[in-house]
Amino acid sequence: MEFHLINHPLDCPVCDQAGECWLQIYYMKHGLYEPRMTDDKVHKPKAVPLGPHVILDAERCILCSRCVRFCDEVTRTGELGIFGRGDRSEIGLFPGTELANKYSGNVVDICPVGALTDRDFRFQVRVWYLESQKSICPGCARGCNIEVHVNRRRPHHAQGRRVVRLKPRFNDAVNKWWICDEGRYGYGFVDDPSRLTAPLRRVGGKTLDVSWTEMFTLVADGLRRYTADEIGVIASPKMSNEDLFLLERLVDGLGVRAVDYRVPPAQPGDQDDFLIRADRNPNSRGAELIGLGRSDARAILNAARDRRIKCLWVFHHDLLASAWPEGEVLDALLGAETVIFQGTNANATSAHAHLTLPAAAYPEREGTYTNFEGRVQRFRQAFEPLGQALADWESLGCLLQAVQGAGRPSRAEECFRALAAAVPAYAGLSYRSIGDGGQMIATGSP
Amino acid sequence: MRPAQRVYLREVLSGLGLTARHFFVNMGRHIAHALGRRNARGAVTIQYPEEHRGYSPRLRSLHRLVRREDGSPRCVACMMCETVCPAYCIYIVAGEHPNPEIEKVCEAFSIDLGKCVFCGYCVEACPEDAIRMDTGILGDAPRARARRTRREASVSGTHPPRPDPVACRPPSSSPSPPSPSPRPSG
Repeated sequence: MEFHLINHPLDCPVCDQAGECWLQIYYMKHGLYEPRMTDDKVHKPKAVPLGPHVILDAERCILCSRCVRFCDEVTRTGELGIFGRGDRSEIGLFPGTELANKYSGNVVDICPVGALTDRDFRFQVRVWYLESQKSICPGCARGCNIEVHVNRRRPHHAQGRRVVRLKPRFNDAVNKWWICDEGRYGYGFVDDPSRLTAPLRRVGGKTLDVSWTEMFTLVADGLRRYTADEIGVIASPKMSNEDLFLLERLVDGLGVRAVDYRVPPAQPGDQDDFLIRADRNPNSRGAELIGLGRSDARAILNAARDRRIKCLWVFHHDLLASAWPEGEVLDALLGAETVIFQGTNANATSAHAHLTLPAAAYPEREGTYTNFEGRVQRFRQAFEPLGQALADWESLGCLLQAVQGAGRPSRAEECFRALAAAVPAYAGLSYRSIGDGGQMIATGSP
Repeated sequence: MRPAQRVYLREVLSGLGLTARHFFVNMGRHIAHALGRRNARGAVTIQYPEEHRGYSPRLRSLHRLVRREDGSPRCVACMMCETVCPAYCIYIVAGEHPNPEIEKVCEAFSIDLGKCVFCGYCVEACPEDAIRMDTGILGDAPRARARRTRREASVSGTHPPRPDPVACRPPSSSPSPPSPSPRPSG
């Protein structure tokens, strides 16, 4: 302990690691509070950016070499090494390299002290102000287990963002201790100014705020006005199992056949043999199992262009940013008499919607995703939805009630129970059995 | 308990007697005061807000941010004072300092004087001796109980020989020069 502290600076007050620093914890527990070292401390470089996400303070490093091992053994990119001898040893990059691999953020998590800190989180908020909630990364089909760290108590920090960082949560069967950088820094949309916060109705050139009650009536009337063949639904694999199941019941009741969830992205996602999956949606498997791939999304859009489909209901997707030609999609959106958009953030597609339903983002609600292997994993609510946004299962439950007079579920768990009873793949699963680690879907299902 | 105390009525009467004695003594003094005997004071009640009780000369109620020799604030935005503040009246925005040896600096340091309870914990918690509380009278903040804040930017001088009283201004307005307006204590 004393040897570790010989050259360790006393800058805990400015160190981002303070509060979750192992050296600090051991010091408080076993500390020799009167230092016996009289020589000057060795000074080393401070605040050195190592890559796009990580910043190094060589003075604080205790040379445990975890980060070096991580880069050698986990990512196998080997950017980091220990240079120098004795008390002048320090962590550094090999010449000409940069810590820019796809998993570089993990070295911050494994660093026991504040030597490697996050540039994204740097000086944003002190860690003792944060609350944490178990969640699932919605960034790709892997569904890495994460913790959402939320700053609710000090809204003047971190520019008022509620989600300030994501941390991986250990799950041996999915992501071990790691997450990729794309997932780690992919939380920006939750507190983005583009979030939809109120149900909107576009009449002529004007956008009007409406209440949810009016909105449900408008949507229900809209759906009733058309025959089943005139309605097209493009569901989203970003929706949870509960949302998708209620949507399935709704379209089933209406007899709509033009339902699909597959929209190809403009840039096909890259994939590696570690965590990142090419499919950047968290719940494609769930949408497939629940049976929302009845038709083909492109055929639905073509039908809308030919005026065969008059009511187009789009969930979450930005169709104008997909791989499909923009002109075709625009024709389809302008061709449909009624375009309903339901999603968390405004985008180019929502600008063409006549009715816009704001949805809660994943940290604002409960739910489950089914990852590409068929593991059902639960994410929990960390804070209240923004504005009037509702979780998709809540708004779809109200619509089910308005259209079919069915009972409205009051909790996400109720939707999941109904899903487990109705879809064979989910038979026997419940929130309790899923727990923190997730559970595989029933064997033998597709 | 003494047997005399067991007799309930006696204790009630002695209590009432005490109250009555204060009542009549105070009444007599008030009458004497009203008749011109100025040194006869009745009850200790002070007729606030017409009448003020003076502050103790030892009262430390003026927050002051200490500066480095180059004029930049000593505060490193460690949020210790913000964390320890029982009234949640300190709001610090952290920023990057050009000198990596200092690393962190406060971009804005606001104290909501309408909320501050002048406990001095912020001074005690500060690891950098960056915030102090000086003796002096605190403008009109306690009386107005208005939401007044002091920005770091509006604190002037490195070590002023006589610290300016708190420059109070509404939170949304632009930085204004310190406006010393010590109200005479009553």
